[in-house]
Amino acid sequence: MRFFRKAAGAIREGLARTRSILGAGLRSLLAGRRLDDDLIDEIEASLIGADVGVKATTEIIGELREAVRKGELEKGEDAIDFLKSRLKRRWDEAPIDIAVADSPPTVVLVVGVNGVGKTTSVAKIAHTLRAEGRSVVLAAADTFRAGAVEQLAIWADRLGVDLIRGAAGADPAAVVFDAVDAALARKADVLLIDTAGRLHVEANLMRQLVKIREVIARKIPGAPHEVLLVLDATSGQNGLQQATVFGEAVGVTGIFLAKLDGTARGGIVVAIRDALKVPVKLVGVGERVEDVQPFDPDAFIDAMFAAESESASTS
Amino acid sequence: MLDALSDRFNAAFRGLSGRGRISESNVREAMQEVRTALLEADVHLDVAKQFCADVIEDAIGQEVIQSLKPGQQMIEIVNRRLIDLMGPVDTHLMMVDPGPTVFMMCGLQGSGKTTTCGKLAALLKKRGKRVLVVAADLQRPAAVEQLRITAEGVETNGPGSGEVGFHGEPDRCDEYGKAVGAAVGVCRRGIERGRKEQFDAVILDTAGRLHVNDELMKELEAINRMLTPHQILLVVDAMTGQDAVNSAKAFHERLAIDGVILTKFDSDTRGGAALSVKHVTGAPIKFIGVGEKFDALEEFHPERIAGRILGMGDVVSLVEKARDEVDEAEAEEMAEKLAKGKLNMNDFLKQMKTLRRMGPMKQLLGMLPGVGSALKNVDIDDAQFDRLEGMVHSMTADEREDVKLLGKSRNRRIARGSGTQPNEVNRLVKQFEMVQKMTQQVAGMGMKGKIGAAREMARGGGLPGAGGMPGLGTKGTTKTQSLKTGYKQRKRGKGR
Repeated sequence: MRFFRKAAGAIREGLARTRSILGAGLRSLLAGRRLDDDLIDEIEASLIGADVGVKATTEIIGELREAVRKGELEKGEDAIDFLKSRLKRRWDEAPIDIAVADSPPTVVLVVGVNGVGKTTSVAKIAHTLRAEGRSVVLAAADTFRAGAVEQLAIWADRLGVDLIRGAAGADPAAVVFDAVDAALARKADVLLIDTAGRLHVEANLMRQLVKIREVIARKIPGAPHEVLLVLDATSGQNGLQQATVFGEAVGVTGIFLAKLDGTARGGIVVAIRDALKVPVKLVGVGERVEDVQPFDPDAFIDAMFAAESESASTS
Repeated sequence: MLDALSDRFNAAFRGLSGRGRISESNVREAMQEVRTALLEADVHLDVAKQFCADVIEDAIGQEVIQSLKPGQQMIEIVNRRLIDLMGPVDTHLMMVDPGPTVFMMCGLQGSGKTTTCGKLAALLKKRGKRVLVVAADLQRPAAVEQLRITAEGVETNGPGSGEVGFHGEPDRCDEYGKAVGAAVGVCRRGIERGRKEQFDAVILDTAGRLHVNDELMKELEAINRMLTPHQILLVVDAMTGQDAVNSAKAFHERLAIDGVILTKFDSDTRGGAALSVKHVTGAPIKFIGVGEKFDALEEFHPERIAGRILGMGDVVSLVEKARDEVDEAEAEEMAEKLAKGKLNMNDFLKQMKTLRRMGPMKQLLGMLPGVGSALKNVDIDDAQFDRLEGMVHSMTADEREDVKLLGKSRNRRIARGSGTQPNEVNRLVKQFEMVQKMTQQVAGMGMKGKIGAAREMARGGGLPGAGGMPGLGTKGTTKTQSLKTGYKQRKRGKGR
């Protein structure tokens, strides 16, 4: 059984909506030039501009220089395919499917810093699962931010899924406790837990998250089956920090890369993949509830280098 | 917080200071490191390039070439440039008379507009203003509700003689997407109400939007054109990467923003977005958001952030944090000691206890000048501090005053007294000396002018031996301090 099977076909279309700041400029830059040091510097700058990060960029550019030195590459245009292949290689064998429990419910815990789009992402996941005919229970464990529970309640109402909520200011772990009970009682396929945004430097809030995880694990051994870190595609190098700290605290199993529909390229996931081996599993590519897709590294990297005009014509 | 960038700068200039006179190529080489550091801090590439070019120009102009302590002078130049780039500080909130002054908040989704509205309202309330917040975010579900709860919270719990009102039209949310200009209508009615009810300020909370979403950007333009808010504030997430430049530019081109509020600055972001946004918009960074409480809007201090970037530590922030735990007098005393680098074991012990109440040790020590980089690879287990306390307790009063007294035999005694090993005592002393030395070093060059004085001294031959002793060449601007420095040197000389 796989979740998100039906959505898979739509990836390219969706990613094509994202704009490429990298591709168009880079292509015109490379056209008709030889791969000399100046040009490689420019390519380096493009990768940096996509938030890939200095470390990963330095490595990739190092490989590029080596290939040029060995005479494997000459023309500027060749660089794009080379870079693509090197980036894609970094996603070898990445499990990008959402984990599914042997016996339902599959528990998915959604975490992240403030303002990355957790609640919207939860709504998107719920929508897709509903469209696949699965029963979903939502848990509104963000009892902190004003209006957060209401926000999820509106989504639950629109999507026609059950919502378990506590009073504002309630202990989120208690809400989760109830939600797990409810999901078991209702024999739901999936329990989706929305948590409050928290900066990863807030030790107490991170402990609260650990507690939530423990509550789930005590109720259902082996759960949560998936811990998704929602990451803003515009986030810079701090994204790696977020992934590291959340990973240490609650064992992040995948990334939901949100807001990929702006000009940001979300290149930080390359750095995260390098450092932590955490795969991106889903991407959010628009403001509508259906704008969510399984992550396809090839499509992602192609989109990273696609010329803008190309993107526009395929959408 | 901005430790890693500090590390880089320090690394870049450590190399520089070891070489005596520096050449243009020295500066260029070091600036390559600086460029990397800036990029890793998410400063936009173009901004970083420009910055480095400016610094190189400054450096090879005249000042640095002939100097004997290039590293520190370079830090001063970089520091000044960083401050220039992020400043000037303008936290003034222009108010019109007659009111209401209309503020419009805008930004990407999730940058923290609604929370910031609450914080701004709290700030104005504190200043005795009557504020009306208007929920013009009709897009995100429950955004109106969120602002209402936020406004009520500020009204009930926020300090100050002002007042916070709320204007929302939740039923208009259904119109959204269908009726063009629904948000414009809400804003107009909000402002009208503000005028009628004689509010001093009206804050418009607009929906988050992507800068490439033409339709939604046009909505903002319409609000701007039809209602002409007095101040347009762009809310920017301090953790944003390279794209900060694109979105800030787009908002600025369409709306001509008057100021920027950087949010989530309490994360460990290195905050390069601050430099980028300031650079492309030219609009002043008015405030930074730190924390989820309503009073968590702070005035922007570029020198503090530049100071963190350069590893000068952030003593002011540390003291602010300490204020929650210790009384004012004690806090001042502590800040003074830290700034002067005059720590002894007693202070160490006393502060260790206070500090441990304030939070994880590593984070706190990282705020001390120069300590952040030293601790980077040190894994600090807080339980370890029980042992440290034990060791200090086993020292005599004299030993605590001056750790130079400690030797093999005394270390053995202390180890026995505290149930530790002599090498642990030794390590504590070594570490303490390191901290002490670094605090002294950086405290000496923390302020502008000191470096100038040191340079003068160095040029004129100055203090004998000052140039040769690492870390002691830059001490002192005033007479008293120079004297103290001289005393310390003699004392040290005796110890060795």
